[in-house]
Amino acid sequence: MAGFLQQVINGLSLGSIYALIALGYTMVYGIIQLINFAHGDILMVGAYIGFFAVVYLKLNIWWAFIIAMAGASLLGVIIERVAYKPLRNAPRLAALITAIGMSLLLENGGLMVLGTDIRSYPGGIITNKQLPLSVLGMQLTATTLQLLILAVTVVMMVVLQYIVHYTRTGKAMRAVSHDPDAARLMGINVDNTISVTFALGSAFAAVAGILLGLYYNTIQPLMGIMPGLKAFVAAVIGGIGLIPGAMLGGFALGVFETMVSGYWSSKMRDPIVFILLILILLLKPAGLLGKNNTEKV
Amino acid sequence: MRFSKKNLLTLAGALLVYFLIFSLQSLGMISKFQEINLMMLGINIILAVSLNLIVGFTGQLALGHAGFMAVGAYVAAILTMKLHQPFLLAIIAGALAAALAGIIIGLPTLRLKGDYLAIATLGFGEIIKGVANNINYIGGAAGMIGIPRLTSWTWLYLMMVLTILVIVNFLNSTHGRACVAIRENEIAAETMGINTTYYKVLAFAIGAFFAGIAGALYAHYFYLIQPTTFTFFRSFDILVMVVFGGLGSITGSIIAAAAITLINAALQDLAVLRMVIYAILLIVIMVFRPQGLMGTKEFTLDRWVPKRGEASGSAGN
Repeated sequence: MAGFLQQVINGLSLGSIYALIALGYTMVYGIIQLINFAHGDILMVGAYIGFFAVVYLKLNIWWAFIIAMAGASLLGVIIERVAYKPLRNAPRLAALITAIGMSLLLENGGLMVLGTDIRSYPGGIITNKQLPLSVLGMQLTATTLQLLILAVTVVMMVVLQYIVHYTRTGKAMRAVSHDPDAARLMGINVDNTISVTFALGSAFAAVAGILLGLYYNTIQPLMGIMPGLKAFVAAVIGGIGLIPGAMLGGFALGVFETMVSGYWSSKMRDPIVFILLILILLLKPAGLLGKNNTEKV
Repeated sequence: MRFSKKNLLTLAGALLVYFLIFSLQSLGMISKFQEINLMMLGINIILAVSLNLIVGFTGQLALGHAGFMAVGAYVAAILTMKLHQPFLLAIIAGALAAALAGIIIGLPTLRLKGDYLAIATLGFGEIIKGVANNINYIGGAAGMIGIPRLTSWTWLYLMMVLTILVIVNFLNSTHGRACVAIRENEIAAETMGINTTYYKVLAFAIGAFFAGIAGALYAHYFYLIQPTTFTFFRSFDILVMVVFGGLGSITGSIIAAAAITLINAALQDLAVLRMVIYAILLIVIMVFRPQGLMGTKEFTLDRWVPKRGEASGSAGN
């Protein structure tokens, strides 16, 4: 039982990173129905911006978060304007291919500029201590890093909920995702709203990137691929296009994955995650929190 | 297959290409590097044409073609390397196993549409890779090494022509028309009495079958197969060929497969820069010509062969 709860704690901190990434996927999907394959690589860029801010500009980790968020947002908006905007009325497949192409570009561009070296954040930028926890008489441990990850994620999510539900921009985002044409008629600047969505999603990815870098203690140019795919799976499991769905899916996937590697084999982790994805798609194609829409003729 | 003038001309052309390269190879005028790219070209054509049947003609976005290729490659390699069976049997078994995988993945997931199907097939490819990683009999993550080199130019060319022939004829049959109808409007097709699930699974099975052949040829040319040979990027590479050539154009797929193989060969020395150029090229093509090189048009000889009577064949449109 204690072992099980320990896995849950480990799973929740990994899952909260997935949830942060999944939010970006789900917001972009919700607004332009595009699987932004480059999202995982924006995460990588964010992690590197944070790394350079800490190592070369000697800033503390909080400034690194802010600079990485700003840099990633800018990148997200540029990508959207250059690659996705011209394809707004093209076949869906064309946009999807462009997204995968953008992902390849960022990965290989990253390899070219940064090399294949694996780097890690300098030690001591964050205090990482084992904290004993006692729950119902059971001795468990959590590290301060795990708690930090969880705390940062919860704060980011509360901020996002506030933006989406209580600000003008958030209302515009919801309107555009509901019906872009009607939103345009109501005087909403659809292009700007889409850009803001990309900026927000990318900022979240940057935070997730730095957290991932701290969690695994490595950053490298291809670090975004697997977490990106997994977070996308999380978004689909929760119900793509839904913000609460992304959070639920992220946490669920993190815990599930930790369980599989803890109780079975870490080699089976990735295939099992995708088997779970296919099962969920079959049983509830719209995701756990999604409603099934019947297609009208 | 009718023996119209056009079909005979195509046959003559196909034979000419075969003997031309065969004699060049016999005379030792094809370097090792050229031969590798020639083989890759043929394998890519098989893959692109078979994926086009699924994505371009039936309209089902699939991102797991490398998974089918992996099934074919592993099954065929087990047969020749471990069980010492003849190559032809291995190719057939590999293709059938891949087709079976196509049916297994197709039956349940084809209820999904568009992006969801794409993700499910992507997941399927990852599952195959992950499973191959965990089976020690087939080498696990290290893969299978020392597969006999049985793929020759003759085998490759034969299989390539067979693929194109079968798929073009399928597309021109009632079944192929049903597939195109599903692409254009699934609900309307169903209303017209087309069993959409049957045709979608059929297209999946045929596409997977030929991907399995490509996998078998690949395994027996490069000695070595590993789970990482068949990643999502391999699937994506094939999809790029299909989209670049034009969804719904067989000749487009062939031209694009050839062009992309040659571009890859030409940029070989540039290492990472090659992938950067490739990615930029891809984005530029998509942004400026999202329908691909050929759209849904076919490149036909009709333009150059004077039409007389029933001489115009059935393949063009």
